[in-house]
Amino acid sequence: MQVFTRHTAIAAPLLQDDINTDQIAPVLHGRGLKEDYRAMLFHRARRRDDGTDNPDFVLNKPQFRDAGILVTGQNFGAGSSRESAVWSMLANDIRVIVARSFADIYRENCLQNGVLPIVLAPADADAFTARVIAADGAAPFTVDLVSQRIAGPGGDDIAFDIAAADRMRLLEGLDDIGLTLKHMDDIVSWERTAAAAQPWLQTARDGR
Amino acid sequence: MPKTLFDKIWDFHRVGERADGRELLYIDRHVLHELHAHHGFTHLEKQRRPVHRPDLTFAVQDHTVATRPGRDDDSNPSGTAFLKAMREGTRRNGIRLFDLGDPEQGISHVVAPELGIVLPGATHAVPDSHASTVGGLGALAFGCGTSEMTHILATQVMALKRPKRLRARLDGRLGPHVGAKDVALRLIAELGVAGARGHAVEYAGSAIAAMPIEQRMTLCNLNIEMGGRSGFVAPDDATFAWLAGRPYAPQGATWDQAVAYWRTLASDDDAEFDREVTLDCSALEPQISWGTDPSQVVGISGRVPDAAAIDGSRRAAAESAYAYMGLTPGTPLAGLPIDRVFIGSCTNSRLPDLEVAAAIVRGRRVAPGVTAMVVPGSSSVKREAEAAGLDRVFRDAGFFWGESGCSMCAGGNGDRGAPGERCVSTTNRNFENRQGPKVRTHLASPATAAASAIAGRIADVRQVLAGAA
Repeated sequence: MQVFTRHTAIAAPLLQDDINTDQIAPVLHGRGLKEDYRAMLFHRARRRDDGTDNPDFVLNKPQFRDAGILVTGQNFGAGSSRESAVWSMLANDIRVIVARSFADIYRENCLQNGVLPIVLAPADADAFTARVIAADGAAPFTVDLVSQRIAGPGGDDIAFDIAAADRMRLLEGLDDIGLTLKHMDDIVSWERTAAAAQPWLQTARDGR
Repeated sequence: MPKTLFDKIWDFHRVGERADGRELLYIDRHVLHELHAHHGFTHLEKQRRPVHRPDLTFAVQDHTVATRPGRDDDSNPSGTAFLKAMREGTRRNGIRLFDLGDPEQGISHVVAPELGIVLPGATHAVPDSHASTVGGLGALAFGCGTSEMTHILATQVMALKRPKRLRARLDGRLGPHVGAKDVALRLIAELGVAGARGHAVEYAGSAIAAMPIEQRMTLCNLNIEMGGRSGFVAPDDATFAWLAGRPYAPQGATWDQAVAYWRTLASDDDAEFDREVTLDCSALEPQISWGTDPSQVVGISGRVPDAAAIDGSRRAAAESAYAYMGLTPGTPLAGLPIDRVFIGSCTNSRLPDLEVAAAIVRGRRVAPGVTAMVVPGSSSVKREAEAAGLDRVFRDAGFFWGESGCSMCAGGNGDRGAPGERCVSTTNRNFENRQGPKVRTHLASPATAAASAIAGRIADVRQVLAGAA
């Protein structure tokens, strides 16, 4: 997983609630296993019915074409567990999503892939959103996970909270499986205990 | 200290705590599908890490499989590579695959319970957000992403933050032709699409106690649509009777021992929940979605709500839904002309779902101009339905009768509507473009879907049966 320490990029406002994974990363047919995650991101929203670019979609506006921070509403990433909805962010170098809240699975998928999910305190979220709109892509913001601050045009640094464990995971780019494999003895010993307590759990055989 | 059912299952399965504070939860049964599995196999092989418990891992081909008779790997060209990669990956890793052509192939959330792979009090994971369908049997199930799936393959545990506990108490006797789908849609409408975020939901109350197992699964299936990652019903005698004799369920003395243990799987009387919600279901009518998220729901006699009457934060969503759905506020739902009906998906494709629909369709015809499909949730369901003659009932009425898979739920297999079509669907998501570009999806029960297919417009099943529609 990519390490996350700090990220300086244009912030794009996509101020809607409940943006779902079908919107973020629509299933594109005909690519087999080699999916184009870069093209997948907001594929439908980016296009008009005739297939040409939709100039009204925020990430199509010239000042936001290279945005690397997405600012959005409540319950971002609702819907499917498809991790392509996060891989498509990474493929477009969007490493930070500032939302009013995240759907549970989506947030977890962000942490698994070095994308920083930030939820600001409500007053800070209002202020930050206003600054992102005012900046209008003219100057970047810097999100620093070490100091847990967002710096950029239009005001003082904004502090953000993140669980210590999630912060550590992103900062160190931890190998999640490796971290758990350190507990393999506990896992095997749990299996022995479970086999005695609820033997039907540790075997899954077709009894026919 | 009194415990909730969630706490009992969680605490039993808690292996330990990781350095980063996450709790390691053992996963008793892990079921893969072809859209995610190949990523996991490739990743582990690159790291030279083995699958820890292939014997507790199962795999199905469901998301991309074609539904037409005589299908093979190439029937849906978008799926071919996924099907082959799944076949090769499971063979290399010694994992039982329910492949295309297997008599027990089907949607993971239908296959795992019907084979008795999932059990009460067991933990379960699937790389799919509807994993908690099997909560209907009293299992604690989690949908997961690809990385989490790979993590489970390597370790057989999930590293989770303990969720909060929510109890949804659903009381009252359901009226005729009202079922779990209607209850779930009403609950999502009341709580909102993020209403259960961060919570494991226990469904309880007299309406649940009276529900057959398949309906409990429908209810738990839709839990994610209000943001809950896990949802379940405490197992009872109906659960044990449903599971007895299923191929992978314990047998003989072990079965007796298991049932004795499962009887302890209930929340203690004075156990505390972080949150409790209640819904009186006795006056509930059939429900239908009008908009583009599963909380935009009204009763079948209702009208498209006026945005002015909608709470501020939801108003923008309503306004955008009007345009996409081609509806104006105040329009009655019943009577809207439709182009398609889809009966299937992990939400509503089990045998009793098809029986309910067939009872309405029997001796009637699908309205001219309506394309109607039934896709059974598993090859076993299909076989049982055919043995009961249901396929004839549907075919005679003008329905397409398909091979099992996820089909039009997300259209990953190529089963999709045409732009602008209005579709009554027994699935779980009415998101824009999900069932095909610009397709307008109305979520409803199998009864409402069947009645609407006959009427050629959104219909109240009670009126269709009374001959009034």
